[in-house]
Amino acid sequence: MQRIRLRYAKRGPLRFTSHRDFARAFERALRRARVPIAFSQGFTPHPKISYASAAPTGVGSEAEYLEIGLQAVTDPDQLRLALDAALSPGLDILDAVVAGEGSLADRIDASYWRIELPDVEPALASKAVTAFLDSPEVLVERMTKQGRRSFDARGAVVRCTAVGEADLPSGAMGVPCAIIDLVVRQVQPAVRPDDVLSGLRVVAGLEPPVPPRVTRLAQGTLTAQGEIVDPLDTDRGDVGIGGR
Amino acid sequence: MSVSSVFPQLEQLLPRVSKPIQYVGGELGAVVKDWDDTVVRWALMYPDAYEVGLPNQGVQILYEVLNEQPDVLAERSYAIWPDLEALMKEHGVPQFTVDAHRPVKAFDVFGISFATELGYTNLLSALDLAQIPLNSADRTVEHPIVLAGGHASFNPEPIADFIDAAVLGDGEEAVLEITGIIRDWKAEGCPGGRDELLLRLARTESIYVPRFYDVDYLDDGRIQRVVPNRPDVPFRVAKRTTMDLDAWPYPKKPLVPLAETVHERYAVEIFRGCTRGCRFCQAGMITRPVRERSITTVGQMVREGLEFSGFNEVGLLSLSSADHSEIGDMCSGLAQQYADENVSLSLPSTRVDAFNIDLAQELSRNGRRTGLTFAPEGGSERIRKVINKMVTEEDLIRTVVTAYGNGWRQVKLYFMCGLPTETDEDVLEIAHMAHEVIRAGREAAGTKDIRCTVSIGGFVPKPHTPFQWAPMERPEVIDARLKMLKNEINSDRSLGRAIGFRYHDGEPSLIEGLLSRGDRRIGQVIRRVWEKGGRFDGWSEHFSYSRWVEACDEVLPQFGVDLDWFTVREREEQEVLPWDHLDSGLDKDWLWQDWQDSVGEFEQDDCRWTPCFDCGVCPSMDTEIQIGPTGKKLLPLTPVNNLRVPA
Repeated sequence: MQRIRLRYAKRGPLRFTSHRDFARAFERALRRARVPIAFSQGFTPHPKISYASAAPTGVGSEAEYLEIGLQAVTDPDQLRLALDAALSPGLDILDAVVAGEGSLADRIDASYWRIELPDVEPALASKAVTAFLDSPEVLVERMTKQGRRSFDARGAVVRCTAVGEADLPSGAMGVPCAIIDLVVRQVQPAVRPDDVLSGLRVVAGLEPPVPPRVTRLAQGTLTAQGEIVDPLDTDRGDVGIGGR
Repeated sequence: MSVSSVFPQLEQLLPRVSKPIQYVGGELGAVVKDWDDTVVRWALMYPDAYEVGLPNQGVQILYEVLNEQPDVLAERSYAIWPDLEALMKEHGVPQFTVDAHRPVKAFDVFGISFATELGYTNLLSALDLAQIPLNSADRTVEHPIVLAGGHASFNPEPIADFIDAAVLGDGEEAVLEITGIIRDWKAEGCPGGRDELLLRLARTESIYVPRFYDVDYLDDGRIQRVVPNRPDVPFRVAKRTTMDLDAWPYPKKPLVPLAETVHERYAVEIFRGCTRGCRFCQAGMITRPVRERSITTVGQMVREGLEFSGFNEVGLLSLSSADHSEIGDMCSGLAQQYADENVSLSLPSTRVDAFNIDLAQELSRNGRRTGLTFAPEGGSERIRKVINKMVTEEDLIRTVVTAYGNGWRQVKLYFMCGLPTETDEDVLEIAHMAHEVIRAGREAAGTKDIRCTVSIGGFVPKPHTPFQWAPMERPEVIDARLKMLKNEINSDRSLGRAIGFRYHDGEPSLIEGLLSRGDRRIGQVIRRVWEKGGRFDGWSEHFSYSRWVEACDEVLPQFGVDLDWFTVREREEQEVLPWDHLDSGLDKDWLWQDWQDSVGEFEQDDCRWTPCFDCGVCPSMDTEIQIGPTGKKLLPLTPVNNLRVPA
């Protein structure tokens, strides 16, 4: 069985696709593209697909990962083209490589997120970020399956910067838009971008007037320099900047 | 004048609602065209949640037929859940289409397909959100033509105030004809405004424009007559019939949703119409005659539909699929073609006989024998004669036992409660039948590990059926009978444990009955219910019986009628029914005779295999039965193994 790893994006309106929705669409895309997918044994055979941690519903992503098992050796570039064409535009297959040693999950320990805050003055966001980073611990609450629970949103944050006003692409018609770049380690319980936003509210009373727009720009191995290495680099035999 | 997307505004609201994906579109098969490149624009709506509405065949067919026309644009809209509805009202976001998120108000036609009358309150929500006046009379040339279709449009009188027009019957050709009329009218510069356009539609004699008809009432509340109020529209409006289904092989490019929906399969209608003659079945009455799609067209549609969609399930739909003249070859041919592809085939069928088991065996070759459904509909032999569902208890037991003997472990039996002339005994017979099924089934299967689910629906008398004159049973009586039945099923503990029991309360059925056989006076009841918050009446968690009863109490006394008058009252032969001016092709005298035969427990054979019984449809609609067999077979498919990479 050949194993191929894919990187895909959830873009624009299709960021509202939930993980389950994506999984159904992906299985159909495998059939549309006539991918020789391998199936599990048993009474109800399932296609061999395993997903790395998926971005929450409503959050866009440029860096989602999955691995599939194939019955026949398939060229990864052709596979990428075929699958991309078989999915709705907005669910885009960006990369495909033959899997090497080790597991995908072992190579993912952090994510890089971008949070856009329309109608928020960049200076205000910057002040909130500073207050957040200056706190040793920021307790936030979230509803989980076990009910409401409180946890620290600060510890997992490796990097958090409000993009300076000068770096901003000029907002449409003078409407301000703050941008926060965020690198968060994978921990238990998971700290997600909305938890960090809750943290900014807790420490600095930052209340975005309209829902923020969040995108995962990368996930992978966190280097000592705080950079994130694409987990597929290892399979390609590349050595990423600062890679192991 | 171009129309812009409301998505930027909607996008701000979506993170705050449940299942936002249902409002986003992006389905495979969806079409987005440039507004300015098209001349006639349709917004098609199914008035229920996206998860129910998206798979609807009617909407998908019309969507594709319309979008194949280069100068026509069709987009889709679905009912908005109350969480988003409230936010849209607050932020002034109008009812939109999911394809390009254009406001429904900007289209030329707002077409709504009513499979059930319980969607009427959702029509009002959609109009309100769309910023289209609720009443047809208040609309101007700025507003779309609000057009009703679907089975409920065979009596659109309860929504006559809210719609501008209704089409009865098959839509494929109707939408193109309407498009042509609008295209010409627009090209001429919209002469005579909205009224002229509606008149042109009405003159086709197959599009009903309620405003051109007046209803007069007798002192006792009954209808005296329904007559045109102008000389140039027809007295009766006829239904549409699409002949030669092979010429209309839609959907070719089925919509494949990202959101989860109630049916995730490629569905192909293998025939339309039914002449089994079940007297409760409106669909069987109003879709006559039987028109089969040939085995070769079905085979081609399945192949192309699966290739396009990536679905791994195929549904062969019709009102009684085992009756297709080529069903045996069709099932074995398809089963063979898809034997190695993890594609499952299903045949939603209701016939109770051994042939059905043969077909099911064929379709479940790959070993998955989960459940089979049969619909005897009535518990006693007597009541089955009343409803013309010709199956004996011995047949049923034999069929079900064969199923258990062949490896099925679960059988579902579907019945109705509240049928005309029904007694407690008729309903208690259901328990007897279920016990017998389990007893004989255990013997045949050689194991105690079999199950049977008894599922009960409430009977609702529908227009254009022999039961259109029948009184409904009161909800209290229905509920008491169901309780009695439940006790009877459990009276034998060993057998009862193997029998599941599912039922619906009598109250929603009574309201469905009110809306089905209502007249124009019911419009105010619908509006009142909607104003009090009534939405999604087909959903038990949203349906409120007391809200409907209150609205009836407020609105109906001024007309000297009430809820009972519309529901539990038996109609007489001479009474003018609200839909008499709408022609389904069925001869009213024949319907009355069939109603009399029903009460006399006389059965009526199927005209496909016995001589014509003069229901009136073929001669009055100039149609005929179209059935095979064609003698053709489905050939094995050549497996294609290469990856499908775009050029």
